[in-house]
Amino acid sequence: MTEKYGIIASFPDTPSFFHAAEKVRDAGYKKWDTYSSFPVHGMPEAQGQARSKVPIFTFLGGITGFTVGLVMVWWMNAYDYPLIVRGQPFFSPVFPFPIMYELTILLAAFGTLGGMFITNLLPQHYSPLFNSEQFLEVSGDRLVIAIEARDAQYDVVATRQFLEEIGGTDIEEVSA
Amino acid sequence: MATTTQDSSMDATQAALLAKVQPAELHEQPLVTNNRDFNWVTDKICRIVETKTPTWWWICMAVALMTASFTGLGLLWLVSTGVGVWGLANPINWGWAIVNFVFWIGIGHAGTLISAVLCLLKQGWRTSINRAAEAMTIFAVVCAGIFPLFHVGRVWFAWWLFPIPNSNVIWPQFRSPLEWDVFAVSTYGTVSVLFWYMGMIPDLGVLRDRAVQRLNKGVYEGGSAIANKIAEGMDHFRKNFYAILAMGWRNAGNHWRNYEMAYLVLAGLSTPLVLSVHTIVSFDFALAVLPGWHTTIFPPYFVAGAIFSGFGMVLTLMLPLRALYGLHDLITQRHIDNMCKICLGTGSIVGYAYIMEFFIAWYGANPYESFAFINRAFGQYWWAYVMMFSCNVFTPQLFWFKKVRENAALVWIMSIFINVGMWFERFVITVTSLANDFLPTSWGYYSPTMVDILTFFGTFGLFSVLFLLFLRFLPLMPIAEVKFVMPEADPHGHHGYDKGDQH
Repeated sequence: MTEKYGIIASFPDTPSFFHAAEKVRDAGYKKWDTYSSFPVHGMPEAQGQARSKVPIFTFLGGITGFTVGLVMVWWMNAYDYPLIVRGQPFFSPVFPFPIMYELTILLAAFGTLGGMFITNLLPQHYSPLFNSEQFLEVSGDRLVIAIEARDAQYDVVATRQFLEEIGGTDIEEVSA
Repeated sequence: MATTTQDSSMDATQAALLAKVQPAELHEQPLVTNNRDFNWVTDKICRIVETKTPTWWWICMAVALMTASFTGLGLLWLVSTGVGVWGLANPINWGWAIVNFVFWIGIGHAGTLISAVLCLLKQGWRTSINRAAEAMTIFAVVCAGIFPLFHVGRVWFAWWLFPIPNSNVIWPQFRSPLEWDVFAVSTYGTVSVLFWYMGMIPDLGVLRDRAVQRLNKGVYEGGSAIANKIAEGMDHFRKNFYAILAMGWRNAGNHWRNYEMAYLVLAGLSTPLVLSVHTIVSFDFALAVLPGWHTTIFPPYFVAGAIFSGFGMVLTLMLPLRALYGLHDLITQRHIDNMCKICLGTGSIVGYAYIMEFFIAWYGANPYESFAFINRAFGQYWWAYVMMFSCNVFTPQLFWFKKVRENAALVWIMSIFINVGMWFERFVITVTSLANDFLPTSWGYYSPTMVDILTFFGTFGLFSVLFLLFLRFLPLMPIAEVKFVMPEADPHGHHGYDKGDQH
């Protein structure tokens, strides 16, 4: 017996896809996801997902950038090698502001992109789903819901029947 | 959405009033015309990179490479001889190099404005033009970076600009706006690349999946045996190339949730960034004590000018692309209208700034300041001022007229005028103030040398080479975002209308 990844079902249009997702959520499944080639408005709520954690990474990046900018300018121009320039102070929180500002944005942007990869568990180049011809059509216009076999409620027969009940078509079992 | 029938709560007087005034039905122009479906959008955009390279692409690439070689030769000449080969002479030590730098950096601003500011303002029309505009930003920053890099004189020491320990144990001087500019421009370039790349991840996944689908089908027919073999080999290349870049993106709801948040945050970060970049570029001038440079109006005036020139360049690029690739259903008249209106708005701000500078020069009662401005408009560089004023202030005013906005050829020609005018603006600012500074004994007249001219000319070739490569290998438009603004993507099933407006 080959190991199974889960069951995928397709839905004809965005509203039925959206409402089916709500029903999967209400049925109490945990290890499942929706797949569409565009972000569906309100889908995180329909899937019962919490707010994304990406901004935490942004904040950490931003704080690091700001601090690095501040400390770097002080250390380089006022401590390690004080340069006398036109009688200006060696350090003040004002003149390095553009440096702090730009470094805040730079590291916050890196934090955001990195945060997106971390929260999405990417890069992950292989997924059993890619073995399904139907799943590849998600890149076109197919709308798919996949319930994974590792879900506690997963049952080959009952889950398939459930997906049929909520309007799923082209139901396919995907091997792991 | 047209609303003619009101709900039952409307009383008789209201009904009578409505019958009397006969409210006009308001139709919002759809963002994707001709009722195209998702597959059409995917196909249209992906086929640009999947089909055989068109002949015009090779011709353009050859011309672009030849043009770019002028920059290469110009820089080689400069490095092997010295900065003296540029027409710089005391007191004008900031000639074309700085003019070109500000010009190219300004061009870039429209890309970030479209991708970040219009995203925060929820402008659905940005979707079909933002990818190409972001590419334009990055390539413009590349072209811009060349000039200050080589203007430092000994380019092999350019790394001293960065806070890297060197053998002299001296650090960069952070009290100088020129050093702030190093940080602003390099941050801008880097963040633009990150934003551009992240926006492309889902579309790279689409290109990967399509290559896999074709390989699975294994149907390579229609040409000679060798041509079919090459087509298959190209798909193997695409499968791997796009798979590596797509990082395993699989369109999951969970992916989209984090991606959308990251996109919004990056838009929020890029907005203050884009405003700060040209502000800091303007500090290069405004923090000097030279009359004509030392003004507080510079930051907003530079930012408006940057957006103006950037949209000019977006129009210059997108109108031919739309015609070449038949993208009329994706870049509609509504898109062109909106871009023209932004040019009109920012062009008017720029015009206001030109006039306000004069007013303040008079109102400030500083004789040096008044002289600088009168000299700018009527002195030895009057011709540059006339070019600047006519191209930047008068040209965009034609965009008030719908007839003008609907004439693509005319809009394209006007976008060229905007580009030319904005280059002259930087020339006027940089050169006139330097040529006639405080000491009349040091006054001079600056003319560029052939090396100046050819190096600048070549950057258009470099820009075109990069842009043509982008067209050939990366998705020209964000497929997912275009789909998102289509009525079919609405989860609440507003099937009844096909006007394409969003909630």
